[in-house]
Amino acid sequence: MGRSHSHLWPLAKGSVAGALIGFTISDRYLTVVPTKGESMHPTFTASDSALRGDVVLAERGCLQTYKFSRGDVVLFKCPRNHTELFVKRLIALPGEWIRLPASSEIIKIPEGHCWVEGDNAARSWDSRSFGPIPLGLITGRVTHIIWPPSKMGRLERKWPESRTSPF
Amino acid sequence: MSGFARRLAGLPWRQIAGEAFDRTLLAAQAFCAVHVVHTHVFSLAYPQGPSMLPALNLMGDVAVIDRLSARYRWVAPGDVVLLTSPEDPRKKIAKRVLGMEGDAVTYLVDPENIDTSKTVVVPQGHIWVQGDNTFASTDSRTFGPVPYGLVEGKMSYRIWPLKKFGLIDPKM
Repeated sequence: MGRSHSHLWPLAKGSVAGALIGFTISDRYLTVVPTKGESMHPTFTASDSALRGDVVLAERGCLQTYKFSRGDVVLFKCPRNHTELFVKRLIALPGEWIRLPASSEIIKIPEGHCWVEGDNAARSWDSRSFGPIPLGLITGRVTHIIWPPSKMGRLERKWPESRTSPF
Repeated sequence: MSGFARRLAGLPWRQIAGEAFDRTLLAAQAFCAVHVVHTHVFSLAYPQGPSMLPALNLMGDVAVIDRLSARYRWVAPGDVVLLTSPEDPRKKIAKRVLGMEGDAVTYLVDPENIDTSKTVVVPQGHIWVQGDNTFASTDSRTFGPVPYGLVEGKMSYRIWPLKKFGLIDPKM
């Protein structure tokens, strides 16, 4: 390395260290995810690009135990395409019964699976099409909306109580 | 007492704090580097259980998990992969890939009865996995095709025991 470049060395070192620490925090503890699409409207603003959608904060701590509650908003890999990340609301947990909205059929969620649906039932591609998903596909739980400032705050749990039953 | 206080005040606190901060930062960086390599590049696994006999022993093997291959989908039928069990997300299982999406897979429902074969087509984004030891394995024959998103890594090399160092048999 030439003497003239010596001032670049600390800069490079700093950015590598920053990237390592950033990746680790985002993988293990907290991550920031831009959302897009209309499936979670009105909880998240409907938008066709990630630039205009809401930005949410997701925690990874739940992946230590995979203990979730009904009504949590979760991030998961799409079961049809592992590169796509979906955000939907968890409606039913393993072992619970759920009534399908289209028919009056009631199904049991198998062990290690869960039922996810978007808040905007009319415009959402979710468990109603691809069935229960393995909990292993979940990569985080959304806790807060951090952008836009007008919607900033904690997310509430809610679910259609009439459709699920723990027995 | 005042002498002690004066000596305490005379210590190079700023320098000590700076040094402590540097050390902590270095330790944090080392931890982060290990984490990034472990989750994104490669890691080690200690597979146990009878389902992959004879390719993997009952226990005592140490295998390298190649995570890049899983991310970039360099996985083909015949490879051994580590995946999160669809039945219990806290459990990791090692199985052999027998079919990628769109492939037709024929399997025996009951391994002791050759007449019970069944053919399924693996749906989009899913893979078909089975243990080599068909008599003692819980796999796609029980829980069906699994989403590719559950694949954690490709298990291609064994590094222990040294006698069997090298590629894990890529047989079908």
